Amino acid sequence: MRPTDRTAGHERSLTQIKFNKEGDLIFTASKDSIVNVWFSHNGERLGTYEGHNGAVWTLDVDSQSHFLVTGSADNEMRLWSVQTGKCLFVWEFPTAVKRVAFSEDDAEIVCITEQRMGYQGAIRVFRLNRDGDGTQQNTEPQSMFHPVGSKATVCAFPYMSGLILTGHESGKVALFDAKSGDEVLSNERAHMDVVTDLQLSPDRSYFLTSSKDKTARLHDAKTLTVLKTFSTETPLNSAALAPNMPYVLLGGGQEAMNVTTTSLRQGKFETRFWHKIFEEEVGRVKGHFGPLNTIAAHPSGTGYASGGEDGFVRVHHYDDSYFRAKPYGDVEILN
Amino acid sequence: MTVSNGSVYDDDDIDYTDIEEKYRVRFEEGFDNILVIDGVPVVDESRVEKLRTKIAKEFTRKGKSVALKPEDITIPWNNATGKSNGYVFAEFRSAEAANNALNEMNGHPFDVRHTFSINLFTDIEKFVDLDETYVEPEREEYEPKEHLRAWLTDPQGRDQYVTYRGDEVAVRWHGKPSQSEVAYEDHQNLRTELYVSWSPMGTYIATLHPQGIRLWGGPSFQLQARFFHPLVRLIDFSPCENYLVTWSNNDIAVAEGMPQGPRFFSAEDEGNNIAVWDIKTGNLLRTFAAVPEEGKKQMGWPALKWSADDKFVGRVTAGQQISVYELPSMGLQGKRSLKIEGVVDFEWCPHGDKEQEDPAGKGVKKVAENMLAYWTPEVANQPARVTLINFPGRSILRQKNLFNVSEAGFHCKLYWQNQGDFLCVRVDRHTKTKKSIFCNLEIFRVREKDYPVEVVELKDTVTDFSWEPKGERFAIVSSSDPNLGNPGPGITIKTDVSFYQLDHGKNDFKLLRTLAGRTTNTIRWSPRGRNVVLATVGSTSKSELEFWDLDFNLDELSGRREGQAQKEDWAAGIQQLGISDHYGVTDVEWDPSGRYLATAASAWTHTLENGYAIWDFRGQEVERHLLDRFKQFLWRPRPPSLLSKEQKRLVRKNLKEFSRAFDEEDAAEESNVSAELIAHRKRLVDEWNAWRARCKEEVAEELGVGQEPSGRQEEEREEIEVWVEEVIEQTEEVVVD
Repeated sequence: MRPTDRTAGHERSLTQIKFNKEGDLIFTASKDSIVNVWFSHNGERLGTYEGHNGAVWTLDVDSQSHFLVTGSADNEMRLWSVQTGKCLFVWEFPTAVKRVAFSEDDAEIVCITEQRMGYQGAIRVFRLNRDGDGTQQNTEPQSMFHPVGSKATVCAFPYMSGLILTGHESGKVALFDAKSGDEVLSNERAHMDVVTDLQLSPDRSYFLTSSKDKTARLHDAKTLTVLKTFSTETPLNSAALAPNMPYVLLGGGQEAMNVTTTSLRQGKFETRFWHKIFEEEVGRVKGHFGPLNTIAAHPSGTGYASGGEDGFVRVHHYDDSYFRAKPYGDVEILN
Repeated sequence: MTVSNGSVYDDDDIDYTDIEEKYRVRFEEGFDNILVIDGVPVVDESRVEKLRTKIAKEFTRKGKSVALKPEDITIPWNNATGKSNGYVFAEFRSAEAANNALNEMNGHPFDVRHTFSINLFTDIEKFVDLDETYVEPEREEYEPKEHLRAWLTDPQGRDQYVTYRGDEVAVRWHGKPSQSEVAYEDHQNLRTELYVSWSPMGTYIATLHPQGIRLWGGPSFQLQARFFHPLVRLIDFSPCENYLVTWSNNDIAVAEGMPQGPRFFSAEDEGNNIAVWDIKTGNLLRTFAAVPEEGKKQMGWPALKWSADDKFVGRVTAGQQISVYELPSMGLQGKRSLKIEGVVDFEWCPHGDKEQEDPAGKGVKKVAENMLAYWTPEVANQPARVTLINFPGRSILRQKNLFNVSEAGFHCKLYWQNQGDFLCVRVDRHTKTKKSIFCNLEIFRVREKDYPVEVVELKDTVTDFSWEPKGERFAIVSSSDPNLGNPGPGITIKTDVSFYQLDHGKNDFKLLRTLAGRTTNTIRWSPRGRNVVLATVGSTSKSELEFWDLDFNLDELSGRREGQAQKEDWAAGIQQLGISDHYGVTDVEWDPSGRYLATAASAWTHTLENGYAIWDFRGQEVERHLLDRFKQFLWRPRPPSLLSKEQKRLVRKNLKEFSRAFDEEDAAEESNVSAELIAHRKRLVDEWNAWRARCKEEVAEELGVGQEPSGRQEEEREEIEVWVEEVIEQTEEVVVD
């Protein structure tokens, strides 16, 4: 693997990383309340989105790299112009925003707000007004509901229209009707512990979840059945699908609070590559000094970026050998 | 009572007879509470009352439950002789009390000439009324029992091991990857509450439960025996698997109505903690009270030490005596303990292979005397000393005084070589400044005349000592690290490992080699000798495993030159074979064949990366399993080989022949396995591809109904080339032609 770019533009731990559709830009959110955008090929910082007054928990960028949406602990969700770095609109909520995601057609945004201070955790869907400069947005959500039982931690739009995919604190994975808020389908025992990340396949027909229960799992988006399980020996914070190659990338490590009592070696602060079909580990990449909080794969499969508790974003570009290697012989695997 | 229609039930209308029948108090109707006591002295009228009170007293002394009043005893009278008949009737409060009394008092010695023999009155009636015609008893179908050592007949000669994880106990085979399978796993049946333990020859596996111990055996791990010892915590088998010792922190208490019999505790055992059981019959042999040693918080375990032949078991009372009991009666041997003032600890001499091999031949001529060694600190005017005595002869074979060990903190530890050829006494003592500890090793050569003793003096503290099994070498871990006394988190003690060997020429132990600057704290010799593993156990930062061979170039040397070469260069054969690491290792154990080593990180010690790994003797990892909540790994021990020396020699001689057959088997196996694996993978890929194809159709359908997939079609890639020219430097030079 080619020497990587280690970018230090954040003063606190990373919370979420996203590539744009073309993969030339990397957006990073951090607890230092700043959102950065970087060139993926050399790790140079392009700009900063400043305005939040609390840890930025989550972000997402639309497929045209036009709008950026971020959610923060200051109870705000903000819409930004990717190009100018201007804040276009601010939605305010009673509690912190934990997760945001664009729909496939960029027309809708789903967000999860925290359950705190007497407020229930809520999932809201907003319709985005893409006309004009983007500053004319409706403050009221198109729909809003409170999932009963365990609170939602992650969410996304699957390919089925009108549904929202969620991962919960209890390890549950569920499908909700975006309008009525009814739970359409659920898999209560998808994981044994908090679902920490949920990333969709390019066609949004299956998805990968990571959990504190030390496993990552591949699920069918329609039936929510578990297709594959990847069991590691460390709590996982993030999991990404490698495009074009049959691998999944898993990251995690000892809890941040326990890191001081564990040595680097046993902390397992590595990105693990697992074979998507055979459920076997094929490789590891070291680098971080703390647990990995988020992993994002380059959309064209030429590299990946990882963000850690140590405040670093590490951008990796694959060597030729990565593309040539066929650890299990010549098998054709549909993506 | 009112109900919805407002009417009141009239009690008179209801038929209660069934309920009355059910709850009616039953009176003692029969003679169930009456015992017939035979074996009572025949007395005349003058002494009847005395007899009555005496009998009542005998019963009452046994406890409340069997108390008997004098007036409840009826003494039948023979008017012809004017004397009693020699038997009496005793009436108890209940049938239960009568039963208890029967169990307690049957066979009770009343006086020198009279012993009670007691029967239930109803029994006597029953036997009187017995039908005299003979009825042939039905023959019970013979149920073949499983062979307890069936695992030894495995065609591949594999070893077994048990793993305990969470609440799950599983017995597995260890073999080539394809042969590593679960031998037995049934969480309903084989389970434990505390831990599991194999018997020393691997015949049984013991599980601990709040009620007591269960022993399992045979290929399907059926229940073989049960020992009822509530809240048992520690167990220990005798070396030949005939007896079992159990210990519980809670004193034995016998509640009323508990089952009685030879397998259960009786009133005599109350307040004791240690019990000795016969494994084959399941009977309780004897119980002891655990006496905590003075100045020690923890009780030493095993509390009872067995001689190698299961004939004797010894127990030390610190400072006073060693009590040796004979088996199977569990009576004190010779009716007296070995009174030794100040005795602290003792060890039995193990029996060598020679003694075990031919029990018929020479064995008869000289039944190997048991030997035991004990040590005493300085008492009064007598110096501290180590003594070797034989048993049951009790004659002193050798006594060695240890001088200059009067300071407090002096401590001895006895290490027998596993064949009983050598005894090493490790003497720790303080230097004059009392700041550091140094160590002497006093080595007894037990097989030689007059038991010569050699002393090896060491400047450092010895933290571990280990004899090579069946060998003449030993290894020690020594340390001069100032942190030795105060272990703390993050402190790794620096140690040196040294190997010593008996030099036959000079008859002393000579240093072979010292490996300095290590962190090793544990030495594990292979059960066959020669190979040794040095491990760093229980450390948070280091977890190294070093695999050493002490006779590395032995194979190349031809037989005759062997001895010569060894003399010339002592340490030449010591070679490191490999080095590896098992993070957080807590246990290191060789398999019985000495070919594999298992290491485990147990959740009992810490919760990081629990699991186990198996290595070959070179340090190559064979398998590794990371398992949450993993607790225990134990190889199944093997009984001693049944092959004679001659047969073993033949096997060794024809090793090449044998190994060829095995190699062929391996090759066949391997190709088989890889074919299986490839087929399995192909199936997985096919399944996945089929699912993806189906999925893609569904997605297309869904999107077709809804809208055109926006952004799904790959937009044509636009390549923009930008030429950037930069002038870095421009110089003008005038060239003069």
